[in-house]
Amino acid sequence: MKETRRDLIKKAAGAVGMASVIPVSKPVISLTLEEFLQKHFKEMTEEDKREVIERLEREYKEKYGIDANIKTTPPIKGVVWGYALNIQKCIGCRRCVYACVRENNQSRGSPDDPSIPAIQWIRVVRVEKEKIHPESETGRDFRTKFGEVHAGVNIEITDSYYDPDKVPEKDYYYIPIQCQQCERPPCVKACPTKATWKEPDGIIVVDYNWCIGCRFCMAACPYWARHFNWAEPYIPKEEINTNMHYLGNRLRMKGVVEKCTFCIQRTREGKYPACVEICPVGARKFGNLLDPESEIRKILEEKRVFRLKEEAGTNPKFFYFMD
Amino acid sequence: MGENESFLKFLFDAIFVAFSGGRRYKAWLTALLIIIIFGLISYSYQFREGLIITGMRDQVSWGLYISNFTFFVGVAASAVMIVIPLYIYNFKLFKPIITFGEYLAVGALLIVIANVLADIGRVDRLHHMLPILGTPNFPQSLLMWDMVVLTGYLLLNLLIPSYSLFKTYHNTKPKRWIKAFIYLSIPWAISIHTVTAFIYGGLVARPFWNTALMAPRFLSSAFASGPAFLIIALLIIRKNNEILREEISDRAINILAQIVAIGGVVSLFFLGTEVYTIGYSQSAHWINLKYLMFGLEHNGVYYGRLVPFFWASFILTLVATILLINPGTRKNYRILPVACFLIFTGLWIEKGLGLVIPGFIPSPVGEIHEYMPTLMEVMISAAGWAFGFFVYTLLVRVSIAIETGEIGSYGGMSRLDYLRSLKERRSSE
Ligand code: SF4
Ligand code: SF4
Repeated sequence: MKETRRDLIKKAAGAVGMASVIPVSKPVISLTLEEFLQKHFKEMTEEDKREVIERLEREYKEKYGIDANIKTTPPIKGVVWGYALNIQKCIGCRRCVYACVRENNQSRGSPDDPSIPAIQWIRVVRVEKEKIHPESETGRDFRTKFGEVHAGVNIEITDSYYDPDKVPEKDYYYIPIQCQQCERPPCVKACPTKATWKEPDGIIVVDYNWCIGCRFCMAACPYWARHFNWAEPYIPKEEINTNMHYLGNRLRMKGVVEKCTFCIQRTREGKYPACVEICPVGARKFGNLLDPESEIRKILEEKRVFRLKEEAGTNPKFFYFMD
Repeated sequence: MGENESFLKFLFDAIFVAFSGGRRYKAWLTALLIIIIFGLISYSYQFREGLIITGMRDQVSWGLYISNFTFFVGVAASAVMIVIPLYIYNFKLFKPIITFGEYLAVGALLIVIANVLADIGRVDRLHHMLPILGTPNFPQSLLMWDMVVLTGYLLLNLLIPSYSLFKTYHNTKPKRWIKAFIYLSIPWAISIHTVTAFIYGGLVARPFWNTALMAPRFLSSAFASGPAFLIIALLIIRKNNEILREEISDRAINILAQIVAIGGVVSLFFLGTEVYTIGYSQSAHWINLKYLMFGLEHNGVYYGRLVPFFWASFILTLVATILLINPGTRKNYRILPVACFLIFTGLWIEKGLGLVIPGFIPSPVGEIHEYMPTLMEVMISAAGWAFGFFVYTLLVRVSIAIETGEIGSYGGMSRLDYLRSLKERRSSE
């Protein structure tokens, strides 16, 4: 008995010692009454929204010294956004990832603690083109007689940490994956507080001030599109994008979930998402699914299109295609 | 009758006796308290820094906390395995142990609640789940369902045994209405573990969990782990209390042990069917199970942190089940607690780490990122355990004191008469 207790104390002391390495300069609690009483975004009146935005802008000013402009631009009528990505063209350079991080104010991790990961809404995975080898053995006695034929891809196990300087590599596909803006989003169903929902233009958004951080939505998302602020996010002040949307790229806090919103702050004002603009090979296409003349509709009609994990029944509005 | 039943006096007596006891009793409580304090210290760091102090990351976004949550929901549910024989089949020998079983549900649920709270990123916003104050996503979200059934079950299991003790304390007869709650607690117990299983089973994103067998597997393992714990508790109680030594009969314990054995057999059988169905067909579900059972290799690196846990769990459960099926070992009071401990540990791994973690590995987009809880995470979770054990200990202490006449209003009788009447009480309905 005595021994185990002493052991325990030793261990505990170790942990406390470990913890004291972490800088403790931050205030223990920075919760204001207004923040505590804030309503769900969809239940706010225009007046409420104005107040909340003023408060947030003030907070951002105090914390980062920036003049943010937080908008609540509503969806455009008659528009449902869709995305298409040409995986034959994608070279896996990950420029979209970094453009997205900058545009959407994602946490860069931490300058003094490497264990705190950066957040990236787009993940480009590398997969080997599945081949039918002449010598491949499937089962006991079946030998195929084909040559080197590429036979699809399988994302069961992928590489997320390939070297972007070496791309493109023969025999590999690169598949950028971000929120697929599911028409039947399992994440929305899972959320106990309705903190995440589908907007009329088809974008799944999160009210960062309503999310309780239970991470059920993360477990429910088949595309690993949702990311959690495990620590207080860190962005160098000069890199903050001050053109913000309440449901999009405004600054987040620790303990909440975030995800791609098709750059809601841009697309609702007629601009392309940042990832579409940056892509050096033009692999990314974006547009209004309801407009029969749009580029995206042309792609859906004319190209070989597929969606990831169709069997999941999520109906993504993010399509992959080949010429 | 009724007018003299002072609730305050009952409460004061109960609280007083809860904290009085022998040296070993106090040492045990102190030890638990120390664990709780260290957990709270760790939690204060987590509160300040965020969940970054845990081993969880985006790839494995639930870990030890949710593992313990899941397992102890099962322990809580298993109180029903005492209630059903006693109240449905009128198996009287369970009468002296019923309060210990029902309070076990309370203790387990406190562990559940502590671990859930530890896992929430924004505890300051919990009211967003409540009606009026928040926007509960009911009936869509299974987490809402779980909150409802767990709260209800906690209240039921606080009410039922406490009411019974209250009546015993005053030496009066329980009113009939309590029966309604007792019967209600049976389907309710099933529901808490079913809903908890559905949290996992309903996620199409996680093939490892997305199986109809999830709820049956949860229940079968619960009916082994809970009674296993209770047997150990009962043996300790018997050892330390003269009166209860006769009351808690060998036969009652033997029946409980058989329930554990059956739970163990069914659990192993379900595990076998799962492994066969997924393993033989090698479908999308297989990769996670393969990670759990054998580990994965990718780019020349082997990932298999859970492999020893899986096999340990399997062997512990198997050995314990055999020991509990065989009457010779089951009725041996030196082996019985060991077997119970083994199966409890085995199922803790199976329903905890072995269930939650492989659901995340590899991630839905094919990344293999292994999980390892941090020391602080372990301490916070352990504090949750200690808290549950602490309260359970107090509740058991009070139950014993009342059942054996250590405290009570005696209903105007002499102590001797009172003790006799207590005995009659226990042997009659
Ligand atoms: S991809 Fe994931 S986060 Fe995006 S809508 Fe679908 S389920 Fe939700
Ligand atoms: S983490 Fe936030 S958005 Fe996700 S399910 Fe929980 S409350 Fe909803």
